[in-house]
Amino acid sequence: MLVSAKNVSKKFLGVNVLDDVSLDINQGDRIAMMGPNGAGKTTLIRAFLGFYHIDGGKIEVNGFDPIKDRVKVLQNISFIPQLPPPIKISLDEMISFITKSSNISKEMIFEESEKMELNLKKNLHKQFFKLSGGMKQKLLIAIALSKKSSLLVFDEPTANLDPKAREHFYRLLQELDENCSTLFITHRLDEIKELVNRQVYMDLGKIVEDEKV
Amino acid sequence: MKNLLLVAYLDIKESLRSKWFYVYALVFGGLMALFFVAGISDSVVMGFTGLSRLLLVFIQVTIIILPIFILITTVKSISGDRESNVLEYMLSFPISLTHYYWGKMLGRFLTVFLPVIFALILGIVFGIIKGGNLPWAMISLYSALLFAMCFVFLGIAFFVSTVVKSSDIAVGSSFMIWIILLAFIDIALIGLMLQGRASDGLIITIALLNPIEVFRIGAISLFDPELTVIGPVAYYLLDTLGAKLLMIYSIFYPIILGLIFSFMGYITFKKKDLL
Repeated sequence: MLVSAKNVSKKFLGVNVLDDVSLDINQGDRIAMMGPNGAGKTTLIRAFLGFYHIDGGKIEVNGFDPIKDRVKVLQNISFIPQLPPPIKISLDEMISFITKSSNISKEMIFEESEKMELNLKKNLHKQFFKLSGGMKQKLLIAIALSKKSSLLVFDEPTANLDPKAREHFYRLLQELDENCSTLFITHRLDEIKELVNRQVYMDLGKIVEDEKV
Repeated sequence: MKNLLLVAYLDIKESLRSKWFYVYALVFGGLMALFFVAGISDSVVMGFTGLSRLLLVFIQVTIIILPIFILITTVKSISGDRESNVLEYMLSFPISLTHYYWGKMLGRFLTVFLPVIFALILGIVFGIIKGGNLPWAMISLYSALLFAMCFVFLGIAFFVSTVVKSSDIAVGSSFMIWIILLAFIDIALIGLMLQGRASDGLIITIALLNPIEVFRIGAISLFDPELTVIGPVAYYLLDTLGAKLLMIYSIFYPIILGLIFSFMGYITFKKKDLL
């Protein structure tokens, strides 16, 4: 099992954001996670990534605790946030940080960028936050895919992409190794219907539906 | 260790592109140049002239400007990254929180300390050009005091940055800290004394716990070993601690305080939610 979350609970200012959530992610699971705003989707993902100390329950990723063994956990997870953050370092420096911290080759990032039709060489000395929204998102996707992780976590990854770039992205996802698992947070199921084999619905901090499709 | 240096390097690169860094470097370097152009080194006040006179003016400026500059520019380091989701993305890579936190701190320390030292070097160069003996012992001790001052405020800023979630509150808090510490150099202490509600020993203890006051006393003692500038308290300090111990205290107390605050910040960073 890749991810095991058992009876996870998390409160913010006394409000239950995650309420006794249990979720297992196995190899090859392609999950679309849906639910209204404030349902707890992003909080659950952030707990998997070790950003939150949960109040109750247990989370294991590849058998490791995301808080105690965050480095081991994050070696096998790629994450794309909903909105590209305003990182002020240049693409060259950013790629250097990622290649050195995650043992990814620079060539691999360039290769994936090319597949996303992003001319990385031309923009290497630009600061990340000065790129257009679409270019930023393409780079984050290229980085996530080049990491060859066993779990890819996407929080509304196509929000900034034009239709053509979305198509490229979905095509690349179809090329993923079948053992690789993906977890999408999305409000647009119709777009990724072909890419998922499981749908999870969350509401008010609980998983209300979990079905294979 | 590799990742710690990597984070430090990226933080330096980021700072070097920021406008605040140029303003900061310009303030210190520019002031030093301005002092020379204005002929401060040629003027004589309380018997000080040349580079010693220049350093004396530089101390006054440093006491006011350095703490607030360090606090304002550093306090957003982690809280700002948290608010803008930069922290979420950068920490989604396999990098330990220890390397991230101390790497950020190392990078930021070099960015705030180097322009001040550069201004001091500029002063020395002007001193050499003007001729005369350079007070090397004074310059070395003054550099150590500047190091200690930068370190303590960096530690405080990192602590605030990890504890406070919003960067606006972090900036507001740093202003409060600065104003309180400045007030407790003179005004608030004089107020306490006039009210006669606190013993002299307590007032001196409060003063000696204030890193700005400690820097001030340490720096003044370089030029005026009898500490005549600060009045009768000088007798108490010199009789109790002695000149040597007072200088050791002025250098090491801020460093230790800075270490305590940085560790408290580090523990908060590790033990609390990152976002």
